[in-house]
Amino acid sequence: MEGLVTYENDDHNLKATELRLGLPGIDEADDDHEQAVSTARTSKRSSPDTADDCVTESKSDEAAPVSKAQIVGWPPIRSYRKNTLQPKKTEVEAPGIYVKVSMDGAPYLRKIDLKVYKGYPELLKALENMFNFTIGEYSEREGFKGSEYAPTYEDKDGDWMLVGDVPWDMFMSSCKRLRIMKGSEARGLGCGV
Amino acid sequence: MLKKMSYSSFPEDVLEHVFSFVQSDKDRNAISLVCKFWFQVERRCRKRIFVGNCYAVSPRMVTRRFPDVRSVELKGKPHFADFNLVPEGWGGYVYPWIAEMASGYPLLEEIRLKRMVVSDESLELIAKSFKNFKVLVLSSCEGFSTQGLAAIAANCRNLRELDLRESEVEDRSGNWLSLFPETYTSLVSLNIACLGSEVSISALERLLGRCPNLRTLLLNHAVPLDKLANLLRQAPQLVELGTGAYSADMRTDIFSNLAGAFSGCMELKSLSGFWDVVPAYLPAFYSICTGLTSLNLSYATIQCPHIIELLSFCPNLQRLWVLDYIEDGGLEALATSCKDLRELRVFPSEPYGAEPNVSLTEQGLVSVSEGCPKLESVLYFCRRMSNDALVTIARNRPNMTRFRLCIIEPRTPDYLTEQPLDVGFGAIVEHCKDLRRLSLSGLLTDRVFEYIGTYAKKLEMLSVAFAGESDLGLHHVLSGCDSLRKLEIRDCPFGDKALLANAAKLETMRSLWMSSCLVSFEACKLLGQKMPRLNVEVIVDERQPPDLRPENFPVEKLYIYRTVAGPRLDMPGFVWNMDEDSALRLSRKGFRTI
Repeated sequence: MEGLVTYENDDHNLKATELRLGLPGIDEADDDHEQAVSTARTSKRSSPDTADDCVTESKSDEAAPVSKAQIVGWPPIRSYRKNTLQPKKTEVEAPGIYVKVSMDGAPYLRKIDLKVYKGYPELLKALENMFNFTIGEYSEREGFKGSEYAPTYEDKDGDWMLVGDVPWDMFMSSCKRLRIMKGSEARGLGCGV
Repeated sequence: MLKKMSYSSFPEDVLEHVFSFVQSDKDRNAISLVCKFWFQVERRCRKRIFVGNCYAVSPRMVTRRFPDVRSVELKGKPHFADFNLVPEGWGGYVYPWIAEMASGYPLLEEIRLKRMVVSDESLELIAKSFKNFKVLVLSSCEGFSTQGLAAIAANCRNLRELDLRESEVEDRSGNWLSLFPETYTSLVSLNIACLGSEVSISALERLLGRCPNLRTLLLNHAVPLDKLANLLRQAPQLVELGTGAYSADMRTDIFSNLAGAFSGCMELKSLSGFWDVVPAYLPAFYSICTGLTSLNLSYATIQCPHIIELLSFCPNLQRLWVLDYIEDGGLEALATSCKDLRELRVFPSEPYGAEPNVSLTEQGLVSVSEGCPKLESVLYFCRRMSNDALVTIARNRPNMTRFRLCIIEPRTPDYLTEQPLDVGFGAIVEHCKDLRRLSLSGLLTDRVFEYIGTYAKKLEMLSVAFAGESDLGLHHVLSGCDSLRKLEIRDCPFGDKALLANAAKLETMRSLWMSSCLVSFEACKLLGQKMPRLNVEVIVDERQPPDLRPENFPVEKLYIYRTVAGPRLDMPGFVWNMDEDSALRLSRKGFRTI
């Protein structure tokens, strides 16, 4: 390989300053060390003779190729294109956000997938159906008025919050579990906490 | 003293008049080299400037040399920024240019920007500095919001074109579109297709109603289909239309209203948009299909049979952008229906799927290359290719000028022979003598670069990924491609030797990008120090700075470009110019450009 590269017009004496990859003191022809220096992700040598080996070799070297998205920027598609296509796919394939739901006085807990709901109204309706009760009307000032139940959730910080205060997306990402509070505890939560 | 040549005794205004017939930058540049007198005359009357790399020259240098410019075009980030390879904060700020032009070019009429960071302050400065401002094109830009647009709408009385193609716009709401005054009637082109936020339909209708010269209207996804008919009736003279969302419940009144509106638009030549397409609504515009020369269905998730039917109505189509749902069958139909086709782009519907989801192979492209004699520009995403197919395409279409093939899985060999695709791409460059742009993919050895260096003499832009075996590959390209201006390489085993041996070549090019290759930090330093008219910029991982690693450790990202402006002053901490020593780098404060 070395002999084939000539330095035309070597005014800068580049050959003398020629750099080689690989640690000092190692024979230039020792290609394996070139491999060692490069990261696993950079391309392997692929000569025609060993094309088959290289293709299978590089495939097995990659971390389990679950999704092509592991290679940054490949295939070369603009992000606005990805945005128009991906939503359809992730809806089907992405895992749901399952959280436990407990109801004060109920003998066992339930689990729901938050991704199934588009917003608070649907979630609250589903909870009402699941546990056969009625939630009151939500207002920022007073929480849920009109029933003895209040839907609450535990957030990432471990605090118990009233459902409905934050935007739906923020709720979905911070909700760890739900609890339907009942009775005096519920009423206490509604009073200007 | 030299005898005074007769042509320089022409008075200046005669020369100026003659020069006014010469518009191309190349020719104007050639004129300016004839003699000092011509240089002076030419520079004073040049009206349009194109700066392909905003860091190649400083704003001040431009305004000093060309005092009477009316139209400026600037490009910022390297092309691979489109694929998230350039980190946020890299640069490309337009504000310093606007600031300089605000004082230097009060009569400026047109600004066209690509891949630049445009702040709201920049837009506000444009709006208040240029009284005769007419054209604003922001292509793949970012950094601004609807607030900046509000400033443009409210202040630019003579605005003709507002084109935001593929830019990222932050929604600060407020009704910016309504800020076009009632007296404003000069709109010719409006492209808001990239806007995520809603615009007021009634404001849009009123705007359309009072702008009789509107030729181009590209709406965004948020404009519902049932509003489209009314908009079209306000602007039946449209030549280019981008629909909004193209779906609605199937209702005959909506359909017939829409069909009626479309049939009134007899000048329509170009259609795009079509988000969320409901196929039943496609026939609404069949009546104008014979006039169509350009069709962008690349957001339309419609299946092959619908596409084929649509194409059968478009015999004069010159440009088609489509998803791979068109499949080989659809491309065969395209080859039969659209004999005037010049440009084809086929995008992948599921680029990250492990298995093909559609029956689109190399065969589709071969069919089109056979059936469409004027085909010269191709962008094709597929999952398999063969040397035979590429050779056939090359032989069919020696008139090809832009050929970009993306085989989705890196290093995929010829599926028939398991060989590299060197011979196939070799045929492309050998037969297509006017090829200006080429993107490679699949399994490729140094051989393909030998072909490219030998044959691709008109090649201006080359994109390479996961290809080659050694520095020889890069050397072939740098030493052989006489017209090369832009070279972008990722994940190839190219290193120091070829780069250093061809250092002088880099000054004849606009730029070179290399990422995940094998260029060492030491070589970058050497290149930076030896080539003062190049900026050799290394994008570093600040957690593992290259000067703390062994000197022959490869740099992750390298961007080299020619410049007469010296090292740029706005580099973020993670971009190092190899001409600076580390002490200088540490003392350099980030140059805050708005």
